[in-house]
Amino acid sequence: MADTIILKVYRGDAEGGELHTYEVPKSPHMVVLDAIHHIQRNQEPSLACRWNCKAAKCGSCSAEINGMPRLMCKAQVDDYAGGEIIVTPMHTFPIIKDLVTDVSWNYRVSSKIPPLVPKPEYADKPFNLQQIDVDRVQEFRKCIECFLCQDVCHVLREHQRTDGFFGPRQMVKIASLEMHPMDNLNRREQLKNEGGVGFCNITKCCTEVCPEHIHITDNAIIPLKERVADDYFDPVQGLLRKIGIIKRERKQPLDSVPNEQTKIHRPV
Amino acid sequence: MEPYDLFEYDVLIIGAGGAGLRAAISAREAGCNVGVICKSLLGKAHTVMAEGGVAAALGNMTSLDGSKEPDNWQVHFVDTMKGGGFLNNWRTVEIFAKEAPERVLELEQYGAVFDRTPEGKIAQRPFGGHKYRRLNHVGDRTGLELIRTLQDKAVGVGMNVHMEVVLTKLLKEGDRVVGGFGYYRETGKLVVFRAKAIVMATGGWGRMFKYTSNSWEGTGDGLMMGYAAGAELLDLEMVQFHPTGMVWPPGMRGILVTEGVRGEGGILRNSKGERFMFNPDYTPALYKGQFAETPEEAARWLDDKKNNRRPPELLPRDVVARAIYREVEAGRGSEHGGVYLDVTHRGAAYIKRKLPSMYEQFHALGNVDITKEPMEVYPTIHYTMGGIRVTPEECASTVPGLFAAGEVAGGLHGANRLGGNSLSDIIVFGKRAGDAAAAFAKQTTLGNIDESQITEELALLMSPLVDKGGESPYAIHQDLQEEMQKNCMIARTEEGLNHALEAILSLQQRAKHLSIGGDRRFNPGWHAARDVRFMLRTSEIIVRCALQRKESRGAQWRLDYPKLDNEHWGKFNLVAWKNGEQAQIEARPLDPLPDRLQALVEEQK
Ligand SMILES: Cc1cc2nc3c(=O)[nH]c(=O)nc-3n(C[C@H](O)[C@H](O)[C@H](O)COP(=O)(O)OP(=O)(O)OC[C@H]3O[C@@H](n4cnc5c(N)ncnc54)[C@H](O)[C@@H]3O)c2cc1C
Ligand code: SF4
Ligand code: SF4
Ligand code: FES
Repeated sequence: MADTIILKVYRGDAEGGELHTYEVPKSPHMVVLDAIHHIQRNQEPSLACRWNCKAAKCGSCSAEINGMPRLMCKAQVDDYAGGEIIVTPMHTFPIIKDLVTDVSWNYRVSSKIPPLVPKPEYADKPFNLQQIDVDRVQEFRKCIECFLCQDVCHVLREHQRTDGFFGPRQMVKIASLEMHPMDNLNRREQLKNEGGVGFCNITKCCTEVCPEHIHITDNAIIPLKERVADDYFDPVQGLLRKIGIIKRERKQPLDSVPNEQTKIHRPV
Repeated sequence: MEPYDLFEYDVLIIGAGGAGLRAAISAREAGCNVGVICKSLLGKAHTVMAEGGVAAALGNMTSLDGSKEPDNWQVHFVDTMKGGGFLNNWRTVEIFAKEAPERVLELEQYGAVFDRTPEGKIAQRPFGGHKYRRLNHVGDRTGLELIRTLQDKAVGVGMNVHMEVVLTKLLKEGDRVVGGFGYYRETGKLVVFRAKAIVMATGGWGRMFKYTSNSWEGTGDGLMMGYAAGAELLDLEMVQFHPTGMVWPPGMRGILVTEGVRGEGGILRNSKGERFMFNPDYTPALYKGQFAETPEEAARWLDDKKNNRRPPELLPRDVVARAIYREVEAGRGSEHGGVYLDVTHRGAAYIKRKLPSMYEQFHALGNVDITKEPMEVYPTIHYTMGGIRVTPEECASTVPGLFAAGEVAGGLHGANRLGGNSLSDIIVFGKRAGDAAAAFAKQTTLGNIDESQITEELALLMSPLVDKGGESPYAIHQDLQEEMQKNCMIARTEEGLNHALEAILSLQQRAKHLSIGGDRRFNPGWHAARDVRFMLRTSEIIVRCALQRKESRGAQWRLDYPKLDNEHWGKFNLVAWKNGEQAQIEARPLDPLPDRLQALVEEQK
């Protein structure tokens, strides 16, 4: 065969597994997902992986390549020229089979964050917003829910604190609402308590892996931490607010909107 | 029989793209208990890939032909009918054009954050066949904005989500649909849903072609489940070739290059450097005089849209796709068999702001810097205009209890869809289907499940794991793709189509004996075996319809019948339904435009 590449791919499930070695013909600008598809079509039709767009737009094909969380459809084989390519499933989430993991936790957490509630004066009216008012929020809304940031974050990966921390993806989501000029819900209590923004110690690993280049730490998490700190821990601000020198925007509490309990079902 | 999980809902929605999610919101708001099923994870449907924008006549921008009137539903109506070669259902188009603005503004209330104009309104960009700048957008990731907004809202109002579940059969009691049967991708175990009303929102089918912008999901399941349940299908010959798919590198072949590139001034050239869209032969009579006739005028249009006509690159998709095909056939193609699409004249900063995901797509995946060099493009299979025939107001199919909305439904787009009209289609008719299904559910009770219907489907589903020595579904899929690409693509002939039909019929025979290794747990090979059967039947009907329509209109271009035949074929839709084991196809007369709408068309001639 003219030009081939060697891939080691994890095959296994919750009981255990191992790396299998495959040889695949190389094509120009090939990505790792191309190689996985080639294996499925020609060698192992039962090799499990997720994908949809093949263009880095849907966030389905997340995996780890040589230990780094990446989208398989965006990882060029040439980046690893001469070296090994080892493809394993995301580590943080329970494995289902081969490269497929159970990411449903992310959807369950996300369902705790209520969508936008427009300010009363804009309810049912077109918004009047300048581009500069929305630039910041649009950065967060580029998120494709690949969950690579959740995968890399040590709070979830090493310490498994899924009970205490929503993770960087959901911080980005809350930031997109908290900084939306029209949102009328007070989201800070959720951030501080249930969301666990305090768990983040700003290692920036999440920002490094984000395929959408969202500045997760600098633009989302740090400003959110500051807002929570202002509200809960700054005695001067608290006093000034009390005597009315600083006027805080009055937003309605989170529990004023009904929580409709969407259920994310899983096969048993 | 093997045990299965059972769920019961007032309204069951099959598909979690924009149409399914919008239907879920309205069915829930009407007080129904709603279940939503999808083959992938939530938020990964085709809708997420849409780039250019959502068309709605909000009238935030000035016209493209100097007219003083702000944009309005009447112009959107005429543009859509013209784009569709007047095969569209006029009532569907009327509802669509009238309701799209309201649905887009509602998205903003749900949390969507569109790009803005200097006046603080939603920004709109030009697209092929639209007389106004009408595509409300967020850079070139509008679909992501739309699906995430609807997903978060639907989760907020409360629904039951079943991800990575594939339905393969609708279950009936008498005439009416009462549920659906399928399997969990993860475990391979079986699941049955009972529902008072069902909304089919499974999107389109492009995977039977070799080069397509569609993901693995586009295999026609919903269309074929509806067909098997007795629903009528409409206009299946009308499959859209998007003029600009990627051609290089090989792994990216078919991936979409948004029409937004041309909307932002992108220029098409052949290998001789000619801007071939100015060739007068390529502009159909219906559009003569409405587009710039010199490159100078087209260049002035970039900054002065009031006093100049739009460039011919913005003709409707079918027109541009045919022109590219002809250039390549005539030997004026690019290195890898496409043509060049160039936006470099807009400058790096502008391109990165307006087309960030295109910039990234070419940069990261094709090693091409679109701010410095042209892209190579060729038509790719993109969208299916035809689908389940539904009533305009209620999105009801011909089967009681079964509704359909979004790309799986037919009637709105006629022979060719205008860019941006699909994202507004899914929100307008997603809502209507959800409302109508909820109303239907309130009038009825749950039906009974007849297990014999499940047993039959189960045997088919399991056969590839049981049978030994059969073929791989991937091999059959590949042969089907080659055949469809060769003989049912842009330029069709009786001879080619007959060849395709024979090939499909013999592939159907081969597909009776499939084998696949491994077990039922997340086994893509096993899933492919069911998908390929759906695709073979869908392809058969596409080809049969294409054979019957002996004219050229919209996406259907017959080299042996190159003329538009308004006297005969312009008056008929092709309707298909299941008659025993055969697909029955009938030319059904179109409902003529009422005078008030005919007057609009005359006015805008
Ligand atoms: C790359 C690309 C770019 C596009 N750009 C634009 C654009 O700029 N403007 C525009 O207007 N349109 C655009 N379109 C078209 C538009 O995106 C689609 O037509 C539209 O999103 C279809 O929405 P839908 O809700 O009908 O279906 P989809 O979004 O396709 O969703 C279908 C759903 O059905 C589910 N499903 C399918 N089969 C089954 C089954 N058997 N069992 C269970 N679930 C099933 C799928 O899992 C999925 O959730 C684009 C399309 C593509 C592919
Ligand atoms: S910066 Fe915070 S959220 Fe991001 S990886 Fe580090 S700890 Fe996790
Ligand atoms: S923030 Fe970035 S890394 Fe995290 S889920 Fe979104 S796109 Fe992926
Ligand atoms: S397949 Fe969509 S991001 Fe990789």
